[in-house]
Amino acid sequence: MTAPAIQAVGLSRRFGAFTAVDRVSFEVERGEIFGYLGANGAGKSTTIRMLTGLLAPSDGEARVAGRDVGRDPDAVKAAIGYMSQKFSLYLDLPVRENLRFFGGAYGLSGRDLAARVDEALERADLRDLADATTGGLPGGVRQRLALASALLHRPAVVFLDEPTAGVDPVARRTFWRIIRELSRGGTTVFVTTHYLDEAEYCRRIGLMADGRLVALDTPAALKRAWVPETILAVRGRDLARGQAALAALPGVKAVAPFGAGLHLRVEPGRPSPEDVTAALAAAGAADVSVAVAEPSLEDVFLAVVGRGGAAEVSP
Amino acid sequence: MASPSEPSAPGAGPAVEARELVRRFGPVTALDGLSFAVGKGELFGLVGPDGAGKTTAIRALAGLVELDGGEARVLGRDPAAGGGAFRESLGLMPQQYSLYRDLTVEENLRFFSRLYVLPRAVYRERAARLLAITRLERFTARRAEALSGGMYKKLALACALLHEPEVLLLDEPTNGVDPVSRRELWELLHAFVHGGMTVVISTPYMDEAERCHRVALVHHGRALAAGAPRALIDGFEDEVFDVEGGDRDAVDARLAGLPVVIAASPAGARLKAVVARGGRPEVERALGPLGARLEPATPDFEDLFLARIREAA
Repeated sequence: MTAPAIQAVGLSRRFGAFTAVDRVSFEVERGEIFGYLGANGAGKSTTIRMLTGLLAPSDGEARVAGRDVGRDPDAVKAAIGYMSQKFSLYLDLPVRENLRFFGGAYGLSGRDLAARVDEALERADLRDLADATTGGLPGGVRQRLALASALLHRPAVVFLDEPTAGVDPVARRTFWRIIRELSRGGTTVFVTTHYLDEAEYCRRIGLMADGRLVALDTPAALKRAWVPETILAVRGRDLARGQAALAALPGVKAVAPFGAGLHLRVEPGRPSPEDVTAALAAAGAADVSVAVAEPSLEDVFLAVVGRGGAAEVSP
Repeated sequence: MASPSEPSAPGAGPAVEARELVRRFGPVTALDGLSFAVGKGELFGLVGPDGAGKTTAIRALAGLVELDGGEARVLGRDPAAGGGAFRESLGLMPQQYSLYRDLTVEENLRFFSRLYVLPRAVYRERAARLLAITRLERFTARRAEALSGGMYKKLALACALLHEPEVLLLDEPTNGVDPVSRRELWELLHAFVHGGMTVVISTPYMDEAERCHRVALVHHGRALAAGAPRALIDGFEDEVFDVEGGDRDAVDARLAGLPVVIAASPAGARLKAVVARGGRPEVERALGPLGARLEPATPDFEDLFLARIREAA
């Protein structure tokens, strides 16, 4: 049994009277893609800053790649890669020169540096763009360059803080393909994101609310535990007319607009899709179709974080 | 809900109009002939990734950037020409909204109400209403710098809504905002649109296209597609399938090697594939040995975007 790549025990951080991270404990296995989700201000970034040795814990402890973040933050920094929300690159330099610069900062030089730069270019799928000027590249490619620079020193664990924010859908897919290749190669990936569809690629997900880790499991288990009801996806015209009638049907727990249609949370098997279609038709809606939908991680997120104003937390 | 397909009042033109907007920044063409029109009381979305030209378009509508070509019209006027009464009818929430970080939530609202010279009674009534719908009432004494990202955006939106403009321009109010707060921001917008406000909003989240009356999917400074969300989805020409069975990683690798597969995305624990029209048999032959098969699925806006940029390339 190998030691976990990340191990947090009672990890806490206070700022004055405010507790940003409150007794958080979890383990991440080597090579695992671990998703860390939560509302803005729930304590995700503060946790990452502690795990990366940038911020001392007020209480509790954590070991990352075998090093203690409180006692040996510099050793932690040397063993991990970190891509922050606001990474900086030299826009007037070519891609390769940016990597050489960051490699130099890690103490690499000469043939070793050249080899590591080539390796990082390869891993981030940037070989064909090595000589392109960074400033002219689209956001998704710059994001990959930021990732490559975080991989130069072959870290055992990488922390990615919202790496795909604002990136186009094609680039987002490329980025996640790279993340999954890293994981298959044994690198541990700790990632935050507001795109809950891509969080499906995480082996396990931790959900933060109010500074606490309130749920931790695989995506499938989280859905079973937090969304025990059936989700019915409704499409059609003039659905608004039938919304009140639906809410009154026995077994309906919630009716919410979902895109151009409605999502119903209902007790298992009650009402049936046919019941829903009939109720909507009677209320004057047209072209109605009803299908059973798999709960999404967004449903889980809303169930965990959305209750009781838990989203209203300051950093 | 206001129906977007209803014609505007007789004689009234669109509330907002962009005609063939062109804007270059050095070698970069930010806007490359972008056109759209927004009716009164409509919630119109500019949906696209970073660098698509959304911010430049919003700034052009606010009269803040000069155009190299085309023209913008807001309430029938050139927004760059301005005029006091016109300014009052236009609200803007830029991407980097500057609130006073050392002022509290309430102080920020009061500051903006003075800027708009609102009578005290009007301010009190509107502030109370905005604080209630943004669920910021409990935090009126908190300084803006101590707000989370989502709360900050909600306060910024409340400040932009204080003078109840006829037309509100919002540049990525939900970017970086968590899913719960995003939902609340959209509900807030719908409440105001219901009251007759015209809203133009930009967002990088493709799924938010469905929350607009009409949208333009923007890429490289022009519209890849435009229309009512449902009409766009109904007109989708390629095919979308859920992949049932098989090992997800193995299926993913196999799909990546098939040219007829436009994109594969995680859909719950399974994968969803966008397949060029007529490509189904080829994909099924390839997936058969992996124990996976295709089930027809409903396309979403990300699928549409992926298919259209592939066509445009």
